[in-house]
Amino acid sequence: MNPAVRFRQVTKRFGDLTVLEQFDFEVAQGEIVTLIGASGSGKSTVLRILMTLEELQDGEVEIEGEPLWHERKGGRTVAASEQHLRRMRKKVGMVFQQFNLFPHMSVLRNITEAPIHVLQLPRAEAETRARELLRLVGLEEKADAFPEQLSGGQQQRVAIARALAMRPRVLLFDEPTSALDPEMVGEVLNVIRQVAGEHELTMILVTHEMNFAREISDRVCFFDQGRILEQGPPEQIFTAPREERTREFLRTVLPDSGRT
Amino acid sequence: MMFAQLLPPLLRGAEITAQITLASTLLGALFAFAAGIGKLSRHRALRWPAVGYIEVFRGTSLLVQLFWLFFALPIIGISLSPLSAGILGLSLNIGAYGAEVVRGALQATARGQREAARALNFTPRQTLWRILLPQALPEMMPPFGNLAVQNLKDSALVSLITLADLTYQAQNLRNITLQTVPILTATLLLYFAMALVLTAAMRWLERRVRYAAGHER
Repeated sequence: MNPAVRFRQVTKRFGDLTVLEQFDFEVAQGEIVTLIGASGSGKSTVLRILMTLEELQDGEVEIEGEPLWHERKGGRTVAASEQHLRRMRKKVGMVFQQFNLFPHMSVLRNITEAPIHVLQLPRAEAETRARELLRLVGLEEKADAFPEQLSGGQQQRVAIARALAMRPRVLLFDEPTSALDPEMVGEVLNVIRQVAGEHELTMILVTHEMNFAREISDRVCFFDQGRILEQGPPEQIFTAPREERTREFLRTVLPDSGRT
Repeated sequence: MMFAQLLPPLLRGAEITAQITLASTLLGALFAFAAGIGKLSRHRALRWPAVGYIEVFRGTSLLVQLFWLFFALPIIGISLSPLSAGILGLSLNIGAYGAEVVRGALQATARGQREAARALNFTPRQTLWRILLPQALPEMMPPFGNLAVQNLKDSALVSLITLADLTYQAQNLRNITLQTVPILTATLLLYFAMALVLTAAMRWLERRVRYAAGHER
């Protein structure tokens, strides 16, 4: 079976700043991988390249064995056309730090708009499915509300339902709780937990919630200056990191980890 | 000559001014959206003509544009009536300024909205019509209101291509009666009254747009 996601020798620069250099990375189908590390270490860039929000300068990215940013035309490999990108994007969904709900649409329409107009689902079917997803995220009664009437945590739960409505194979979470008040973090993490339990999804998360990462992940990758410095099962990374820099990072984000 | 006798010709002129303003503001809005959206297009074939149009009409005098449409165009074979030339000139001019309003409001829409639209695999066209424009439209309304009033005032220039608008009538009356102060005072007041009506109409439209954009089903 092809890996869900594969980065091969990927280089990404923003002007003079090299964010990823000859970066290799693989995620198996159904695997839940958490990316941790200091901000600016390239974690979000990995997600944004997968969502086709950022182009890359060099290397290859594959989703389920198919090149994302390239396509084969007449035996030659060329840069992906918009058509190819649209076909590949079907496999990927993303939940953003700032939720990015559409403020001019009701909650229900936020979830049904893309299934109806992109996937061409009949409206009734899209709405039935949207209500099921709202039930999953515990917001059934908010179908007719507008985003501004919801708390941050509720908005993020809607955003998760919206991403799931497109039935992605790979779901990306870019710091899904970083913009939330502390008391709302738990409800969003609960929903992500539930999604992980109920859906056959490959999930890649960027998060600063270390306890959550430890609990939910099959594998944790520690990013340092555009490389994965260390990766492994969460128990190993959190209790017995091999690299000094990993230990240092965990000390700063888990100030009480020495005592437990 | 009594004030009551001055008023009917001025009101006839005001009616022409109102018609020209209304027609050229509506047509100008069309140009504004076409060029404003065109300027943001990924396709050069759309972007370059839009940029060219905006720069030429913002960078030249409205009076010369009107003269060109009315006096120069017939020489190369296209004759426009004074009314057509007046409306076309004003709307092309106001459309060029409006295009920058449209472009600015679209670009000011949060980047996150465009990224969310992309993540949900909307086409660029769907993103424009379903996500960006409904959010940008309410933001365009106050500057559009300013432009509409600007357009009303600029319309005085059409008197110079023989259109019998309010300014033309005022000048004409002044030449006949020599009652400069009452005539020009009445003219100012008529422009001001029309501006008030126009501003109120644009406010009403803005509320409608905000309501529609926020509660669209």
